[in-house]
Amino acid sequence: MEYLVVALIGVVFAIASLVLLSLGLAIIYGMMGVINLAQGEFIMLGAYTVVLSSAHGLDLWVGMALAPVVVGVVGLVVERCIIRFLYGRLLDTMLATWGLSLGLIAAVTLIIGPSTEGVATPFGHVAIGGYAVSAYNLFVIAATGFLVSLTWGVFNRTKFGLIARGAMQNADMVAALGIHPPTIYMVTFALGSALAGLAGAIIAPLTGVVPSLGLAFVAKVFITVTVGGAAIFSGTLGAGTLLGAIESAVSFMSTPIYGQVAMLGCALVVLRFAPQGISSLWRRSG
Amino acid sequence: MSHSAPSGAFQNRAASTVPAGKTLLETRGLSKNFGGVTAVTGVNFRLGRGELRCLIGPNGAGKSTFFKMLSGQLPPTAGTILFDGSDITGEPPHRIARLGIGIKNQVPSLWDGLSVYEHFFIAAQRRLGARRAAAVADELVMKLGLATLARRDVGALAHGERQWVEIGMTMAQDAKLILLDEPTAGMATDEVERTVALLRAINVSTSLIIVEHDMQFISMIAGIVTVFHQGRILIEDTMENVLANPLVREVYLGAGRPGR
Amino acid sequence: MAPVRLSPLEPLLWAAGAVVLAVVPFALSTFQVVQITVFLIFCLLAVSLDLSWGLAGLLSFGQAAFFGLGGYAYAILCANDETPGAALAAGTVAGGVAAGLLGYIAFYGRLSAMFLAVTTLVVTLILLQVLGSTADPSYHIGAAVLGGYNGMTNIPPLLPEPIPFFWTAGGLLFLLIVSGRLLMAAPFGRVLAAIRANERRVELLGYDVRWHKLAIFALSGAIAGLAGALFASWGGFINPEVFSLAQSAQVVIWVLVGGRGSLYGAAIGAFLVQAMTQYLGSIGTAYTTLVLGALLVSFVLVMPNGLLPTFLRGLSSIGNRLR
Repeated sequence: MEYLVVALIGVVFAIASLVLLSLGLAIIYGMMGVINLAQGEFIMLGAYTVVLSSAHGLDLWVGMALAPVVVGVVGLVVERCIIRFLYGRLLDTMLATWGLSLGLIAAVTLIIGPSTEGVATPFGHVAIGGYAVSAYNLFVIAATGFLVSLTWGVFNRTKFGLIARGAMQNADMVAALGIHPPTIYMVTFALGSALAGLAGAIIAPLTGVVPSLGLAFVAKVFITVTVGGAAIFSGTLGAGTLLGAIESAVSFMSTPIYGQVAMLGCALVVLRFAPQGISSLWRRSG
Repeated sequence: MSHSAPSGAFQNRAASTVPAGKTLLETRGLSKNFGGVTAVTGVNFRLGRGELRCLIGPNGAGKSTFFKMLSGQLPPTAGTILFDGSDITGEPPHRIARLGIGIKNQVPSLWDGLSVYEHFFIAAQRRLGARRAAAVADELVMKLGLATLARRDVGALAHGERQWVEIGMTMAQDAKLILLDEPTAGMATDEVERTVALLRAINVSTSLIIVEHDMQFISMIAGIVTVFHQGRILIEDTMENVLANPLVREVYLGAGRPGR
Repeated sequence: MAPVRLSPLEPLLWAAGAVVLAVVPFALSTFQVVQITVFLIFCLLAVSLDLSWGLAGLLSFGQAAFFGLGGYAYAILCANDETPGAALAAGTVAGGVAAGLLGYIAFYGRLSAMFLAVTTLVVTLILLQVLGSTADPSYHIGAAVLGGYNGMTNIPPLLPEPIPFFWTAGGLLFLLIVSGRLLMAAPFGRVLAAIRANERRVELLGYDVRWHKLAIFALSGAIAGLAGALFASWGGFINPEVFSLAQSAQVVIWVLVGGRGSLYGAAIGAFLVQAMTQYLGSIGTAYTTLVLGALLVSFVLVMPNGLLPTFLRGLSSIGNRLR
């Protein structure tokens, strides 16, 4: 019985991590239609913020609070300098952000160094029957739930969220109301970047932090967002659940690589039947 | 068989005069919903072989959506489409094109970077092969008065000329039915006259359905006119009768009468 | 940005190119011949991407995947005592089949262009991880041990002498460019250009565009596979580095920098960027990656059409002004 609970926690943890990492891109892609191939690097920068601030004696949680701020600023700069010139040019945005991704990996390698850094995992273990479950994993699950709800609240229950959603549907209308759409885009992109940074900070204690950290996640995150479709929250949660469950199940039964392959295979099957993502199944769209 | 105006006072005279054996295109209960928006609803439409029908109606009446369903660009939500004896409902665009329906969409869709000649060549090539397609392309270039522009990139053409290239492509297809969505949009009067002559010439061997807003054009060319309104066929009749119809005037001009 | 039209001067260019390829090895040192051979192989790879991206508008981040699969196929067959010629053919087929499979899923599944781009990238990364995990000697195909991150070594060359190999690589590149240019001018090529400009309009004329896209994508993959096999033969080794993000990016950068749609631009871009990479590589790989990333970003922002088309456009506008 306890084994099932532990296994279940493992699956929920995999799902939660996937959703956590994908949330930033879901915002950016879902709200703005921008494909940011540097999203993995935003995650990486968040992880490095935690690692570096710890190395300089700051508390782990201070580092975690800093990460979204740092990466949010980076996102702001990126949007102003690169993204805003490429709105409407989907493939060009992909190419430019890919170049950015390469540049960021190289820059971090040159400035900080290529070796693996890390921080200790806090909280210790929780006993379930005869098994020990890392309490940090439980923290990640809780943090993900909290962040998703918070972000949902911001976009669906605040004035900013309303304006942002309005600007995405019809920029001219919003401009006519006296609000400057480019500012909305800038803030939304910064928000998506900050979320990625925070996600990176949260997973930093769980993994070795290297400049190429983002590469491990970019594939999974993109697949999740593509399969999720237009509905940012329900889509990401749905896709995250499906793909996360499959990946963790297959990884457990064989190797993580086959887990990724299974995830991709599952995504291809879903997209074959719902090319706009699974959220098109419950959302009426034109 | 037809959908009449809410007051039920008007009938579709024209469609009932097409003998069943001479029907080229028929739709039954054709509908299209987009989420909460109903663009086309319960349209029963019939076109005779060799006919030239005009489709009119205010913007948003469903004409372009109707065309897109006929050409396979949009799958209908309900209803059937019968063309030349076969059920083509929901078939993909390339298959419907091969069965003999050509379309010029409302939104201009030429291939920037390719020449006028190449547009006609590609339109004819699939069916005829390279050599005969070349001959057809040359012929069309002459027929449409585009000889001096034949090798120019279509991006360099004036708007009216681009429309002719679009029409020319549908001619190169040798279709049984050509759907033209606003062929004279943005044309000057002399261009419109040339287009009328052109379409009459095409009509000799090909059935046509034309969506237009230019009433002068329609009066020059039309036999029967079908009026769309809010996704339904309001009325089908000759141009004179349609223009004289107070319901049509109300729909177009919003000339409401108190107490109606 | 339309594909560059076939010009009546081109056969002259081809004749000149053939002469240069035939004669230049004698004017160079053996080291230079070997060095330029690999550049020619990269030009081949770049042109393969231009066929699918420049001509038909199909952007794939996975050209490196087909390249790598071709290289591995060559190595595996050679290790199993097949002739290098057969191995070369196998590499070509491997690239073509892989591209055909991916293309089938993308085009017949009516998936978006973005999906093709992302999926090809993902597949490349997965191949990197899968082949990187084959370090254990139990991972083998016949007599060929895959070797994990170290890859496979001691791969027999197609031709032992550098100059004949140079001619082979150069000759294949020459053949590809000439037949590619002729293809672009032929009906099939014109239809592909139309598909790139407005796919829907082509469909409405009765063309099954899925087939056209699959055909050119598979061809492009096959040529990338051929280039991969040649690469394995050239270096005598193949390892999962070919599936790295940097390698995938490089192919795209070559075509972006040189210019899409003319085939020549892709080759020029490959030559220039690789020469520059070679120079920078002596400083350090991180710098190379940094410069590649900067190149990609700046070209997309400033010169998205690439060097050759911009240069040609500049020439023609000067020509117009002189008239």
